[in-house]
Amino acid sequence: MYLRLVSALRGAVPVSLLAFVPALALLCSPAAVGDDGKDELEDLFFGEAMFQAYQENFFDAIVDLDAELDQYRRLDEPELDPFSAHLGQAEFSVGDLELSYRMHREAGRAIEAVLKGNVPQPVRNEAAYRLAKIHYHKQQPSNALHALDMIEGRVPERVRAEEQFLRARVYMELGRFEEAVELLRDLKGEESLDGFVQYNLGIAQLKSGQEERGILELTSLGKNRSSDTARQALYDKTNLLLGSHLMEAGQLELARPYFDRVNLEGPFSNRALLGAGWVEAKAGRYDRALVPWKLLQDRKNTNESVHEAMLAVPYAYGKLDVHSTAAINYGRALESFGNEIDTLSASIKSIREGKFLEALRRKEAAQVKNWVVALRKLPDAPETHYLLDLMASNDYQEFLRNYRDLNDLFERNEEWLDSLSAYEDIIELRRAYYEPLLPGLDKRFRELDARIKLRIEQRDRFASRIEQMLVTRRPEHLAKAEEQEARLQLQSLRKLMAKSPGGFTAATQRRVARLDGVLDWRLATEYDHRLTEAYKHLQELNAEIEQLQTVYQSYVRSRQAATHSYIGYNDTIRRLRAQIQNTQGRLDTLMARQGNMLETLAVNELDRRRTQLESYQIKARFALADSFDRANELQEERADQMKVEQHRANQPEPLPQDNPPELEAPQKDGGEQ
Amino acid sequence: MVRILQLTILLLLAGIVNAQSVSRGEIRGLDEQIQDVKKDVIDLTAELTQLEEKLLFPSNTQVSFFVSFADAQLFDLEAVQLKLNDEIVAHHLYTFREIEALQKGGVQRIYTGNVQTGSHPLEVSFIGKSPAGKEHRANASYRVDKAVGPKFVEIKIAGAESAINFKDW
Repeated sequence: MYLRLVSALRGAVPVSLLAFVPALALLCSPAAVGDDGKDELEDLFFGEAMFQAYQENFFDAIVDLDAELDQYRRLDEPELDPFSAHLGQAEFSVGDLELSYRMHREAGRAIEAVLKGNVPQPVRNEAAYRLAKIHYHKQQPSNALHALDMIEGRVPERVRAEEQFLRARVYMELGRFEEAVELLRDLKGEESLDGFVQYNLGIAQLKSGQEERGILELTSLGKNRSSDTARQALYDKTNLLLGSHLMEAGQLELARPYFDRVNLEGPFSNRALLGAGWVEAKAGRYDRALVPWKLLQDRKNTNESVHEAMLAVPYAYGKLDVHSTAAINYGRALESFGNEIDTLSASIKSIREGKFLEALRRKEAAQVKNWVVALRKLPDAPETHYLLDLMASNDYQEFLRNYRDLNDLFERNEEWLDSLSAYEDIIELRRAYYEPLLPGLDKRFRELDARIKLRIEQRDRFASRIEQMLVTRRPEHLAKAEEQEARLQLQSLRKLMAKSPGGFTAATQRRVARLDGVLDWRLATEYDHRLTEAYKHLQELNAEIEQLQTVYQSYVRSRQAATHSYIGYNDTIRRLRAQIQNTQGRLDTLMARQGNMLETLAVNELDRRRTQLESYQIKARFALADSFDRANELQEERADQMKVEQHRANQPEPLPQDNPPELEAPQKDGGEQ
Repeated sequence: MVRILQLTILLLLAGIVNAQSVSRGEIRGLDEQIQDVKKDVIDLTAELTQLEEKLLFPSNTQVSFFVSFADAQLFDLEAVQLKLNDEIVAHHLYTFREIEALQKGGVQRIYTGNVQTGSHPLEVSFIGKSPAGKEHRANASYRVDKAVGPKFVEIKIAGAESAINFKDW
């Protein structure tokens, strides 16, 4: 019993810690407490991934973080991206999340990548610690130690104690108990590992031959009390372990108090009550053994300890020569065993019919705590109380979680397949809406395009003229339309006058010259004002062109958005659908294999329990017959005794043989003398 | 009778062996295949999510709102409601796990939708309780200025102070 407990408990403690460690690491991760001293969220999407991680939605958190990391790595200047503030945390968090999602290989690869990268020594040390944790979890203590040996110098403060604790447990796995004792002794007082350090220290001391110290250590741990059920369970385990250890060592008087310390409502109470009874029975105090055993006898009759107590109680009565009560109790045990064997047979049938896996696939399985226990309430579901021990084992837990993960992935993919069909419908609707509109829109777009080109040409011409005028004064360029017309008329008049000077009077010639002068005067005097106005007009033209270009850009974007909303998706959707369908096939196969493993182990366990109960049944039958015989013998003996007594009572009172002295006849000698 | 105890122990140990009657190699092989398929589904989901976003929430119209806690306070947020352009677009009731995740620094994407470029009024209200059981509620308004790129707005809830702050990302 001791050996079994040691192995079971040594397995149990690291698992509970493994559940804590990622949580602790994550607690430290987002935007806080890091070595870099950042305490502000720099990247919204990192915070979003952490929101999923904190809720233990590992799949969603990994998808989010992977996407962020992938996007970050594709940037030209990643160091400018705000995500770089969380890069280290994100890389470690992905590893932690993958580990929690039972993707050890990916987690290992991610961490090995960190180890190979050009990173500071503290980061490398933390990565080595995390890699060791993965190896330890995969029950590869040698590899775990190899990873721990890669640590040089100090590890970051926040994981230092955990690293030491992990190293100690690795030593214990490798049988190097003395070294483990050294490390664990240094870790005593570490608040985050309170209880677990003492427990492992006690075990390591016992294993390394320091029996007395180990017992003292475990005794002091077992004396604690806590309102926290998990912590109390640790104390109870410790007491049960020590009680069993001492009982097997024959130290019965010392063993009993440890069993008595185990909480009567806790998960170890049945085994403790059984042990307490055995301590008394071994000491020959069967009346005292009956106290815990009778308490146990009335508990849930699917428990192995209860079954054993059902035989132990009449056994103790037999030893106390109360054979009739023993016979009654054997009868009661037989009836209970018979019922339980029927339940077990029905449960095995139910599992073989697939009801167990069906129940595990239900949504409540992920939401209701102790769902496995609640399964039994479903119609035709197996009696899961028999499977509790099996389900508590690490392997089975992994199988269960993997099965649920596969089912979850399968359902997610089914939803994606539905979504892809919906997307195709959306795309077709969009195509049907936009395609008839596009020719008309394109015509308007071409008109707009022509207007923009015209305006740009005008703008360019004005701009070049204004530029020229800034260098060379050209008033004629700033003449208004009627002025230009007048200038042209005056020019043609001058040409005519030059051809036939006699055809024009002097007054006409003077008038033309005056008009020329007036025009030149006006252009010359208003030149600066007009140049400024022209510049303003150019600005206005620029603004107008800018507006037209905005409309143009907006049109281009809208057109692009319209076409992008339905063009170019079909091939992607087709490819993704094929990939999902292929994955569904794989998931289906893997679920069947994992499910088969779960069913086989569950059936094996139920079958074992049934065989055990059948053997108990046989023993109980023989013992019942024996008790009856003894009870009959006793009854006969008593009847004989009664007869003897009755016979004696019926006999006439015998005459007294000895007379009292006063009735004695006086002695003749003296009187006669 | 002591033999029953020994028998029980033997049977229990046999049970452990039985639990391992499926070979280690078989377990490892299956586990590795499960890990592979998980990796493939993760990659596939990332691609599908990207496709979904591109198709349903193109960047020129995309707007997303995120809820966070202003500090790591103990506050039981019960519900948050968002009104965009005078229309309720999100109403979320919080689970215990979600509240815990927010308290630890997580950020919840509460709404993603599509809006035209320009200014859009956003109204946020929440209700919750302080650890002492006192009820807190608050309303706040904000103008969401949507440009060509996607718009992200963080809604920071300071529960105990009955305050809501906004941050453009």
